Amino acid sequence: MTFKKIGALAACTALVAPAAFAQDMADDMTLVSWGGAYQDSQKKAYADPYAANNSDVTIVWDESSAEAVAKLRAQNEAGNITWDLVDVVAADAIRLCDEGLAMEIDPDEDLAEAPDGTSAEDDFGDLLVSDCFIPQIVYSTTFGYRTDMVPEGVEPPSDICDVFDLETYPGKRALEKRPINNMEWALLCDGVAKDEIYDVLETPEGQEQALAKLDTIKDDVIWWSAGADTPQLLADGEVFLGSTYNGRLFSAIEEQDQPIGMMWDAQVFDLDGWIIPAGLPEDRLARVKDFVMYATDTQRLADQAAYISYGPARKSSAPLVGKHAELGIEMGPHMPTAPENAENIFVYNYDFWADYRDDIDQKFQAWLAK
Amino acid sequence: MATIYSEQFRPPSRFVIIVLAIFGAGAGLLVGTAQGSGILGIIGGAILIAALGFVVTQLVEGTDNSGGERAVRWALPFVLAVGGFLFGGAAGAIVGALMGWFFGWISFWIARGRYRRGLAPYLTSKQVLWFYTFRVICWSILIFLITPILVVMPLSFNAEDFFTFTPEMLALSPEGYSLKHYKDFFYNPDWQQALRNSLSIAPAATILAVGFGTLAAIGLSQPHVPFRRTIMAILISPMIVPLIISAAGMYFFYSRIGLQGTYLGVVLAHAALGIPFVIITVTATLVGFDTSLTRAAANMGANPVTTFFRVQMPLILPGVISGGLFAFITSFDEVVVVLFVGSASQKTLPWQMFIGLREQISPTILAVATVLVAISICLLTVVELLRRRSERLRGMSPS
Repeated sequence: MTFKKIGALAACTALVAPAAFAQDMADDMTLVSWGGAYQDSQKKAYADPYAANNSDVTIVWDESSAEAVAKLRAQNEAGNITWDLVDVVAADAIRLCDEGLAMEIDPDEDLAEAPDGTSAEDDFGDLLVSDCFIPQIVYSTTFGYRTDMVPEGVEPPSDICDVFDLETYPGKRALEKRPINNMEWALLCDGVAKDEIYDVLETPEGQEQALAKLDTIKDDVIWWSAGADTPQLLADGEVFLGSTYNGRLFSAIEEQDQPIGMMWDAQVFDLDGWIIPAGLPEDRLARVKDFVMYATDTQRLADQAAYISYGPARKSSAPLVGKHAELGIEMGPHMPTAPENAENIFVYNYDFWADYRDDIDQKFQAWLAK
Repeated sequence: MATIYSEQFRPPSRFVIIVLAIFGAGAGLLVGTAQGSGILGIIGGAILIAALGFVVTQLVEGTDNSGGERAVRWALPFVLAVGGFLFGGAAGAIVGALMGWFFGWISFWIARGRYRRGLAPYLTSKQVLWFYTFRVICWSILIFLITPILVVMPLSFNAEDFFTFTPEMLALSPEGYSLKHYKDFFYNPDWQQALRNSLSIAPAATILAVGFGTLAAIGLSQPHVPFRRTIMAILISPMIVPLIISAAGMYFFYSRIGLQGTYLGVVLAHAALGIPFVIITVTATLVGFDTSLTRAAANMGANPVTTFFRVQMPLILPGVISGGLFAFITSFDEVVVVLFVGSASQKTLPWQMFIGLREQISPTILAVATVLVAISICLLTVVELLRRRSERLRGMSPS
């Protein structure tokens, strides 16, 4: 009899358990982000306070921003949009907008105005690079170096061209496994004037020139593809210097006490923000819009800077940036936008890379494989 | 038993010294690379151990004093441990002691010709060499397979937030170690949610897989079922078709019927993946099942259901349970299908590990991995014990 009982029990559990799980998920609002420290800053600065005020909404996080474009395409194909709000970099937002996968927004209607009454459109200004894009932060791709691996009697690296100077600064370098940024830096250090870089990079000769410059350090480069790679390589002493997002370096230096220094020269600014997937049903759309209105207002964006060293996308938020929430250090000097850090900067050239990305990507990959 | 050794074959001292020098060079390469110069290490190690070989051959020569052997084998680990301590602290001392033990053992093993003991006396030197080379190859493969898993375990006790053996860890200082990543796993709501999801999805999927898989295996073992091989092939296909293809197919299918992003959908998908394991193990146990037992039961008036639960089930239970365990592990370790079929609220442990590894290389993943390895070892031990029990019950092994 015992076996019969076990069998019956098992059958019941098998039928009942999934049914119990399949409760209605209508109250869940799925936010897609990058995970890690960045997602934590979003949680603490606006998702948690929002959830505290709106107990009927449960916020679920999905760390899929890296595959957002592919997954949104699949969801669209399957006619089953499960995401409510997606955090992507500006280039992806432009792509999703062009493909009709992201919803166009009206800044003045969908976003809160600044406390002094400035319209959202003016407050975000040039950062509204696409009709679908709601910017949150300005981040930069820049370099960190091991302070204890600087050769004796030599100044720490402070110039982007030090990356290409293997004689003064021997050791491995970590660079991102894609042409964007690397090509610009290579040309800049090969004697091309800063304002002519994209004119040169348009031409096949210019692309060859950039790759030839990268060739001089190729044997000493470790290529990374996830933002966490470079801090890991630096902490290991595997590389002397490497590029990554400035927030990652901030957390390695200030939160983890690693012997790493910042090299801000020729940092590349880029934007990160929300898009709302196209085709959401009315009720979910209304709920998301309510969240976005709250999460991108002046105070919330300034609050986010207390958890991570990325610059708020609103002009009106900048004066409100204060101290780090846990470490109590002033965040101002750690922002990529701080004047002393931003003496020599690039801004991600969306138009250029939209036109040339596939072509140059191909050449870059072929060069990598050589 | 010194007298026995003395009567035995003893290799020439030149041979002993050369062989030991080669081993010394290997160990020297290891130590030398760690200290900065591999070549220096090779030369130093070869000379040192060759000298040891010379001493040992002198000891072995003539007299049968095993007291000398004992002295050398005790002294060597001690001396090397002290040397290692001077070079590399506590960790160096441990490496030194282990090396001392190893060389103490191997030098007498070779010098006294013990390596020929237990082998057929007519083997040529080449055959003896191959005998040991073969074993070394086998052990190397085993080590190659297991090292990545073993390396992860100490790293999970790292006090830092990186996958790095810090100097403090290498010096075995307590400050280099901490349980904070385990604490993170047990207190962080994300990980706890993932653990809860895994622990509710895997058992449900296992129960479904075991139920359907067992029934299918019993049905397919009846000789009168038409198209048995075809049906079997279809049922087993989730195991053979690349996972990504099943996953993409399930994604579109489940989206259409509203199962995508629900617990039920993930459970069904995992059950489909687990069924082949149950079918295979149960079919294997059914091979040894005597069908006349069911006929006997029927003859005594038991209906088929009673026959199944009271006669057949107890006999094939080991197969059912080991199939169930495989189904459980499949669901518990699975990441591809759940990424497609699940949504963020069904995040399982492997999913959480996958995103953690990509976005933020945190040793919490290693702590979780260590916990999972421990669980897997427990489950596999259970499988092995059950297998033995079933063999014993069926009288296949004399024990």
